Amino acid sequence: MQNISWLLKMAWRDSRKNRSRLFLFMSSIVLGIAALVAINSFGDNLTTQINSEAKELLGADVEIESRNPIPDSLRQFLSELNIEQSEELSFASMVYFPNTGGTRLVNIRAVEGDYPFYGQIVTTPKQAAEEFYLQNNALVDQSLMLQFNAKTGDSVKVGDLSFLIAGEVNKTPGQSAITTTVAPPVFIPLSQLESTGLLQTGSRINYKLYIKFPEGVNYTTFFKEKLEPRLEKEEVRYDDVEERKEELGDAYSDLTGFLNLTAFIALLLGCMGVASSVQVYVKEKVQSVAILRCLGASSSQGVWIYLIQIFFMGLIGSLIGAALGTVIQYYLPQLFKDFLPFEIELFISGFAILQGVVIGVITSVLFALFPLLQIRKISPLKVLRASFEPEQKDRMKYFVFFLVVLFIFGFSFSQLRDWQNALVFTIGLILSALILFGVGKLIIWLVRRYFPTGSSFVVRQGLANLYRPNNQTLILVITIGIGTALITTLLLSQDLLLNKVKMSSSANQPNMVLFDIQEHQVNELTEMTIADSLPVIQQVPIVTMRLASLKGRSVDELKNDTTTNIKNWVLNREYRVTYRDELIESETLIEGEFQGEVQNSNDSIFVSLDKGLSEDMKVDIGDPITFNVQGAMIKTYVGSIREIDWQRVQTNFLVLFPEGVLEEAPKFHVLLTRYEDVNQSAAYQQKIVKKFPNISIIDLDLILKTLDEVLGKISFIIQFMAFFSIITGIIVLIGSVSISKFQRIQEAVLLRTIGASKKQIIRINLMEYFFLGSIASLTGIFIALLATWALAYFSFETAFVPNFGGALVAYIAITGLTVLIGLMNSRSVVNKPPLEILRKEV
Amino acid sequence: MSSILLVNHVSKTYQSGSKSLTVLNDINFEIKPGSSVAIVGPSGSGKTTLLGLCAGLDGASSGNIILNGKSLDQLSEDERAAIRNQHVGFIFQSFNLLPTLTALENVMVPLELLGKKNVKPQALELLEKVGLGDRIHHYPAQLSGGEQQRVSIARAFANQPKILFADEPTGNLDEETGAVIENLIFNLNKESGTTLVMVTHDGELAQRTNRILKLKGGKLADDSQQNSNISNSH
Ligand SMILES: Nc1ncnc2c1ncn2[C@@H]1O[C@H](COP(=O)(O)OP(=O)(O)OP(=O)(O)O)[C@@H](O)[C@H]1O
Ligand SMILES: [Mg+2]
Repeated sequence: MQNISWLLKMAWRDSRKNRSRLFLFMSSIVLGIAALVAINSFGDNLTTQINSEAKELLGADVEIESRNPIPDSLRQFLSELNIEQSEELSFASMVYFPNTGGTRLVNIRAVEGDYPFYGQIVTTPKQAAEEFYLQNNALVDQSLMLQFNAKTGDSVKVGDLSFLIAGEVNKTPGQSAITTTVAPPVFIPLSQLESTGLLQTGSRINYKLYIKFPEGVNYTTFFKEKLEPRLEKEEVRYDDVEERKEELGDAYSDLTGFLNLTAFIALLLGCMGVASSVQVYVKEKVQSVAILRCLGASSSQGVWIYLIQIFFMGLIGSLIGAALGTVIQYYLPQLFKDFLPFEIELFISGFAILQGVVIGVITSVLFALFPLLQIRKISPLKVLRASFEPEQKDRMKYFVFFLVVLFIFGFSFSQLRDWQNALVFTIGLILSALILFGVGKLIIWLVRRYFPTGSSFVVRQGLANLYRPNNQTLILVITIGIGTALITTLLLSQDLLLNKVKMSSSANQPNMVLFDIQEHQVNELTEMTIADSLPVIQQVPIVTMRLASLKGRSVDELKNDTTTNIKNWVLNREYRVTYRDELIESETLIEGEFQGEVQNSNDSIFVSLDKGLSEDMKVDIGDPITFNVQGAMIKTYVGSIREIDWQRVQTNFLVLFPEGVLEEAPKFHVLLTRYEDVNQSAAYQQKIVKKFPNISIIDLDLILKTLDEVLGKISFIIQFMAFFSIITGIIVLIGSVSISKFQRIQEAVLLRTIGASKKQIIRINLMEYFFLGSIASLTGIFIALLATWALAYFSFETAFVPNFGGALVAYIAITGLTVLIGLMNSRSVVNKPPLEILRKEV
Repeated sequence: MSSILLVNHVSKTYQSGSKSLTVLNDINFEIKPGSSVAIVGPSGSGKTTLLGLCAGLDGASSGNIILNGKSLDQLSEDERAAIRNQHVGFIFQSFNLLPTLTALENVMVPLELLGKKNVKPQALELLEKVGLGDRIHHYPAQLSGGEQQRVSIARAFANQPKILFADEPTGNLDEETGAVIENLIFNLNKESGTTLVMVTHDGELAQRTNRILKLKGGKLADDSQQNSNISNSH
């Protein structure tokens, strides 16, 4: 293959004088590859760790879970198989810290015996995890300890009982910091649970049984043959190690898949930068290619020489990216530590590196093909004269474009594992690039159209520079613009979410919910509330029930019938139902007639259903539904269908009964009120928790705080990823400044020769970068506003109040950065005597 | 083979927008192997266009050109490139060296394109002949105009072409340097028996060829044979 070796030789020779520039092109893909490799290596590490630590994450061989107490018969069965058992009851409840007077809704986990069988509850002090079973001790989540300024040895009140805090919980099997932020755990010994007085009707308790197989049995055969057939017969859910592995694996590959796509965006931006630099590069090479054609080289040989250069630069860029990514990988655990249920052990993933390098080479070559294809059309006649030739339509370009789209789709499919989502991602990406392209082009056109001919020389010259031949204005607008759009969208939508929650509590809307109120507590609680000058906005009785039959067919029958299309959640869920004789503000009747009251016990009962529920149940007005109300069967008919505005802080109900039916059923109550300031709320909560420890309180302040914390953690990661795009945009900027350096030097020399001062030249450059940065960041912000509006309108269903302050900060930061980098790069142009530069650069 | 180059009723028309411009109008001539021909005429008369057509760098609007026995209009662009590589040499007014290659590498390229092995000694010898044996590792930007043109002459002769096309080879050089280049071209031409087709404004230079073709307004105005000492010399 003499031809190939000659092409390699020519590519190498030709690159000698262009190395630094070629390298600059490729540096735009380095960060994209680095991000990809880092995320993929990390994902690889995660999978390995999940696979090797699945038992520690579960804390047991199998976890059995139910809404009802685990049947004794099952426990008996397990004992006969020599299986060790450890029970846990968990539920939401208030705790009270007497030292500081703090109260908060937490997740009480009453555990017994040897849980966890694998792994451990990590506590400070260390021995607390084992010793707390022995006494009246509790373990309290570290974030709670911090929040209420509690120390080991303090006491915490759970229900009627005070516990001594034996230590703080740093880590529990299978739980990440993010889950404990939402529901911080407090561990108490199961033996003490009874005395807390919290085990009353209406409390939603989650029963768990952790089990450990006898020594020496084969896990799979023991589970599949001995255990699973029996568990399937019980009304319980269960997770074995394999299933937990799968769940966790899926959850984290969703996460890494999502992050990979953001990394991919950075890579694509870099590739667009490569394509645009190569475009300029190719224009310079026209003469050389024409000479080669004169000497008898074929058109494809011309393309190959430069394709080989790009290939190797892509390879080098990818290798550097992979190395950088491997380094970044070591910092990722820091970034993700709140999302991981374990400490991660890192190793270098060869597969991730290979994948990153292959993707880097393919994308850089694919994108570079657009400009490189023009080489085929260079006529040898160019040697004789710089003849003007009209640009020819090149069908190959469409083919390459098709390949690029195919590649993007293929990559997103490999990450999302769902072709519909991959299609949405691909189309979305192309669409936003098109929008950016269009908006960028429009702004540039507008500037040109309304060129301020009356302005100063410096401003005019700076603006004119945006239209210089071989300018990369548009590509910079796109790359910097997408980076800006990503970050700004993030900031704005975070704002949107928080505002939405804040707004929901405005003007007389309730902002505190008390639930699990016992029947006999209602009156006294109402009095206490009014005494604290808090309004009782709503006080609602709640009865829990399950579905028994639908249109005459029992739930079991329906579950086994695969042809019904009735959603499972409809059949399985526990319904929390209220009764009243009127509709409230957040409800609109859309079908049938609302029945407010049942007069005689023999009359038919007409219930009102939520619209979505009626659709999922596949029922219409008049269809019969039988409910199992804690043992009593109640036959009803669909009387009306309501549309519910779920956005309001209200107690909304899927099923609404008329008065006169459920009054005697076991029930609990919910009370909605509104506090005006935090101190008032704290004092009130304290009183309630002391008096009625079983009552749980959620207040808006807590929700806001939790949401803020969770969003903060999530957005930090996304910002970290968006950062790669911004930096890539900056590298593309640096690249483009260097590419136009020679041209800039000539202009500067010319200007100085005709008498312009250094200062004026710097000002011209300043203006140019100021305009460029402004156009790019404004385009990005425009798209971010558009995206946030779409999010507000379609996803959050809330009013869009643009945060112009945040947008302004983004504009100033991005434009400032652009100007800074532009000026730094062109410093050498103005700081040296003209003649010296001319010699050096030729 | 009776002729190395046969130009048969060749016309060239450029289309720009709705206007068409006929640059060459029904040109006919024939060139014998080993002879040297000068193409002269006023600026804009179509000399460069004609040279480009003869070398297969562009296609004629009508008529045909037969170069070394092959009809150019029946060949694809890449096939014409192969013919250029095997049989044709070029020297241009503006030197046209590859700026990223050294002098030596520039001379090696045509040989390498031919698929020859171990081409360095041959390229070195040629550079010695044009008097640049000590400048072989210099890049074009490090050479003077005259030196660059000498490299391009060495390159033109590297593949031992049957025919050499030159477009005002001394046009960008001072008189003295021009004379050196002229001598080099004619000497090498004599040595290797190559056919030489040269566009020039320089009357004296034209006089040194066997034959002068005079273009005027796109037509062949005059075709005069003169001293045939060069073609007879071997
Ligand atoms: N691509 C083109 N499109 C239109 N007209 C062209 C094109 N190329 C050349 N011409 C015209 O053809 C005519 C002949 O050009 P050519 O370069 O062959 O002249 P020339 O004899 O070499 O002139 P000079 O001595 O100045 O080099 C000129 O009028 C030129 O403007
Ligand atoms: Mg000419």
